Amino acid sequence: MAKITYIDHDGTERVVEAQNGETVMEAAIKNSIPGIDADCGGACACATCHVYVDAAFMDKVGEQEEMEKSMLDFAENVQENSRLSCQITVSDALDGLKVTTPESQH
Amino acid sequence: MDLTDAKRIVVLGGGQAAAQAIQSLRMGGYDGELTLVGAEAALPYQRPPLSKAYMKGEFAEERLYFKPAAWYEDNNVDLVLSTRATAINRADRTVEIEHGGKLDYDALIIATGSRPRNLPIEGANLEHVYALRDLADVERIRPQMVAGRSIVIVGAGYIGLEAAAVAQQMGLKATVLEMAPRVLARVTSPVMSEFYENEHRRQGVDIRTETSLSKLEGTEDGAVSKAVLSDGTILDADIVLVGIGILPNEELAKDAGISCNNGILVDRDARTSDPRVFAAGDCASRPLVHFGRSGRLESVHNAIEQGKLAAAAILGKSRPVEDCPWFWSDQYDLKLQIAGLSEGYDQIVVRGNPEDRKFAAFYLKNGTLIAVDAINSPPEFLASKKLIMSGAKISADILADTSISMKEIAAKASAA
Repeated sequence: MAKITYIDHDGTERVVEAQNGETVMEAAIKNSIPGIDADCGGACACATCHVYVDAAFMDKVGEQEEMEKSMLDFAENVQENSRLSCQITVSDALDGLKVTTPESQH
Repeated sequence: MDLTDAKRIVVLGGGQAAAQAIQSLRMGGYDGELTLVGAEAALPYQRPPLSKAYMKGEFAEERLYFKPAAWYEDNNVDLVLSTRATAINRADRTVEIEHGGKLDYDALIIATGSRPRNLPIEGANLEHVYALRDLADVERIRPQMVAGRSIVIVGAGYIGLEAAAVAQQMGLKATVLEMAPRVLARVTSPVMSEFYENEHRRQGVDIRTETSLSKLEGTEDGAVSKAVLSDGTILDADIVLVGIGILPNEELAKDAGISCNNGILVDRDARTSDPRVFAAGDCASRPLVHFGRSGRLESVHNAIEQGKLAAAAILGKSRPVEDCPWFWSDQYDLKLQIAGLSEGYDQIVVRGNPEDRKFAAFYLKNGTLIAVDAINSPPEFLASKKLIMSGAKISADILADTSISMKEIAAKASAA
């Protein structure tokens, strides 16, 4: 289990109890977090679950695979801490994770 | 018709389009009665994993659900599951449902999806002969997917090939039968067909094109055991999976006098010939604005988009963007991403080398990009989505030149 805070582009924070094994995207969708579309449902096919990961957690969210890297390369407003949230799996190590959602996923 | 004073909205169906419509209605501020009538027992769920990871048993059913049960309660959505709608009475604006009962509506969204085509042959009713469309199908198929068994898959479309990949990876002996001269003949070019045929054969799948199934034979206890092919070959068949396309569930609309033609006809707002009735997803035939024609799209993107379009029209909001159609398919470690509709292309350009299992086939018409099939190549897919929407002219030489990045190509085309 991990407490994850989703911050939208206006700065509003929403805290969710995420289960180990699900993804940061799934925890968001289940809890109706705005700002994450996840059209493909987690297949790493659409790049609509883009988030910015809090600096303190960058080394805990795991490495990007090649697919994700090249998908993100074409997303809008990409930063160094950009990730696709469907590719981050929740574990105890992510307790306290904060991610910010971009203004638009398209 | 202005429906902004609608107080009772009924959504028929429990798939992607229905789930999106109710979500968009609630997120869009609709606070009236909202009822979803679904034929299946499960909460609305995603179908794509059924022929992929879920079939392999890689995750639990709950992970397929768009929303947990609590969401429907919290959002005051009345779920009527395991229940089919049986008639639409447009004059008194009611929907009749199974097990008795009538629902009143001010606006109705039909998102009833599609159903698999049946195989009209002898033996099609034997046990262990399946279609692959919903959760219940997978629950029946999965216990039979035991290493060493023989599975005969009829139809080499995306569902058939995805299932073949799963079966092969699970240690079954998979044979795919396709009537056409090549796999994926209905949906893609010979370049892609050849690539997938080679890939599946390399993985050990027996692909037989220009071959159909003549009949199935069973054991004494009524289970399938042999498949007799059009060329006389007899194959062992412990499992038969039929994936020969789908038919739109348009009958409710048709019987109610709503215009249909291989799908429920809708306008750009997903509105049918009855201004209070909308249709979304597999069952709807819609204007394909970037392609100058109408048609049905069997895809997640289409279901989501039309769910949003219908909700926006009912709420009197401005029309959401009609995006470039897109699709994906996962087979083995190959991710195919498709943007656009390739029908009617007059030129194919291949970028990269299929042997590297990372390449793209671009489809052009009169010098304009209309579609791409991208294998393990997200940049080609994502750049093409934008290029197709822009309608910009683009040269075949540049597309084929892997020394120029897709970002540069996209920038050049939009500047031209």
